[in-house]
Amino acid sequence: MVSMLIAVGSLTLIGLTLGTVLGAAARKFAVKEDPLEEELKAMMPGSQCGQCGYAGCSQYAAALAKGEAAITLCAPGGKPLVEALSAKLGVAADLSDMEDKGPEHAYIIEDLCIGCTRCIRECSTDAIMGANKLMHTIIVDACHGCSKCVKVCPTDAIVMVQYPMTLANWHWPKPEIENTPPKPALVHAQ
Amino acid sequence: MKLFPIRGGIHPEYRKDMTSEKAIVAMPMPAALYIPLQQHIGAPAEVLVAEGDLVRKGQMIARNQGAVSASQHAPTSGRITSVAEVAAPHPSGLPQKTIIIEPDGKDEWADLPEPIADPFAADPHTIHDRVAQSGIVGMGGAAFPSAVKLNLGAQKKLETLLLNGAECEPYLTCDDRVMREYPDEVIDGARIMAHALGTAKVVIGIEQNKPQAIEIMTRAAAAFPEIKVVAVPVQYPMGSERHLVQAITGRETPARKLTADLGIVVHNVATARAVHHAVRFGRPLVARVVTVSGGAIREPSNVMTPIGTKVSDLVEFCGGFSARPESVVNGGPMMGQPLPSLDVPVVKGTSGILAMTAEEINNSPTSACIRCGACVTICPCGLSPVDMAAFIRKDNLDVAAKLGVMDCFSCGSCSWVCPSHIPLVHYFNYAKGVLRELESERRKSERIKTLAEVRTIRIEKAAEAKRAALAAKSKPAADAAPPGGETKATTEEKVNA
Repeated sequence: MVSMLIAVGSLTLIGLTLGTVLGAAARKFAVKEDPLEEELKAMMPGSQCGQCGYAGCSQYAAALAKGEAAITLCAPGGKPLVEALSAKLGVAADLSDMEDKGPEHAYIIEDLCIGCTRCIRECSTDAIMGANKLMHTIIVDACHGCSKCVKVCPTDAIVMVQYPMTLANWHWPKPEIENTPPKPALVHAQ
Repeated sequence: MKLFPIRGGIHPEYRKDMTSEKAIVAMPMPAALYIPLQQHIGAPAEVLVAEGDLVRKGQMIARNQGAVSASQHAPTSGRITSVAEVAAPHPSGLPQKTIIIEPDGKDEWADLPEPIADPFAADPHTIHDRVAQSGIVGMGGAAFPSAVKLNLGAQKKLETLLLNGAECEPYLTCDDRVMREYPDEVIDGARIMAHALGTAKVVIGIEQNKPQAIEIMTRAAAAFPEIKVVAVPVQYPMGSERHLVQAITGRETPARKLTADLGIVVHNVATARAVHHAVRFGRPLVARVVTVSGGAIREPSNVMTPIGTKVSDLVEFCGGFSARPESVVNGGPMMGQPLPSLDVPVVKGTSGILAMTAEEINNSPTSACIRCGACVTICPCGLSPVDMAAFIRKDNLDVAAKLGVMDCFSCGSCSWVCPSHIPLVHYFNYAKGVLRELESERRKSERIKTLAEVRTIRIEKAAEAKRAALAAKSKPAADAAPPGGETKATTEEKVNA
């Protein structure tokens, strides 16, 4: 009888002690709730171009966190951002109408530029150099390809171009051969 | 000397006897030389010549720019025909800026810098500057500017200069021949480099499959007690600098660290010879020994080749092709890269040109992985190729990065050993390329975020200043007509907002 009481008593004691320790630890080391909005903001290109329809990247991130905005609105982020957002938010993205053109930058066709400075005022990363009635040019390293300048150019002198493939950025393509099941031969119905 | 085991590794068929007994032969000057501005890791050199200029042998034609770069020199006297885009000796076949020289046949030396009379009394900086001026890069294949590596003594405490004569790649014998034919030049270069680095010891590591080189180098080094020649086991990839360091010192270089962090700097034997020429004679690096071999080459040889010689000219000098080559490789068969065309120049890092027949290449089709684990056993970096490849196949590159794909140095042992012929190293090269690209995109987007922030702050400040000016202006003339600047300022703000 006594031994049973000792067993029950000691187990109760262990339970209570561990419970208290765990409870205290849960309070002390509590993780704050998932700061989704901040995380989404960090994923944005951060150039505040406003092409998504929101005032800037943080506003779009806030709308995304609330689930109010579509994840395909960010032009500079492109397909990689949509994929990242889709993975983060667990939202299925329809990528079929979004072709991945790869990163692009703006390019000014100098013959057509009249030096109106509209694009310079539009650029949110100071990537365009030039002055009134002087030729403008794009500083490629600072351009993130939002294409806002293309829309304001009165002479269509700005085009978006892809980064050229060079020895510095070339890399091996993915091997393609492996284990692909043989395709069934096409049979034309007679 | 006690040696230490290295992890994994393979024992391929070496096939070095095709060229190992062939003495180095000099090649006649070809009709044109193509000197790419970038033959090294780092920034391309800056062109110093223009079309029509006459240059002499050893004259600097492109200067190094930036911290990591190497200059280029004319390999012979002649006329600059043009500076044009020419296909690079690279698997992509993409063009790069190249200086084209038409030799005049006189092979006249330019006024070279004075030899350094007593290099062992000279300041390490003098030697470092001379090596930089001579355009010397690591000649084992990676082509890292040697002067930058010789400067490590100023930043880190170094104990040993390890001279890499392992030459673990099959077929290649150019380092073997250099050690056998010019042992004193190699030793002298090594001593000069050790002086520049401030290391007390020099260890020369040579694989045991080169007994003559070991013997000749040991004899040449006998006069110098600080130099030790060590025969290391034949085990691919013994010539990787991290593995050679581990075999000789027993210490493993941590990931993303340099061997210099362990107090050891590794240089190739041919680089040591180039340093000897630069310091003792003022001669820049304008030629190198290239092993031309493979079953499809009529006369496999070791050729002293002027930098910029077209691979097609070099192959022709070696008797041309005796069979249709299935693949022409730049470097060794394990780590070398296929050349898409023969119309590319030999550069400072070209150790071999191999024309392989179909029998020499195992082009069997890939089948499913049988989980034999051979790739895990032989990976010299202790990685798990089978897992990494599986994740990369599904484009799960983050996981592959966590498994250490960036620590793979593409030695190719896993692809070689795989019974299912899975192109493992190809997967890793692809993953490393994509991960590097993502990293550089991430860096760019960070830079752009800063640019956008700076612009927002500037515009706010300008608007603030304007408002303040407007307020100051309108106060005294509060009763007078409204200030003329107001409309202008508001439009400006609207534009900037």
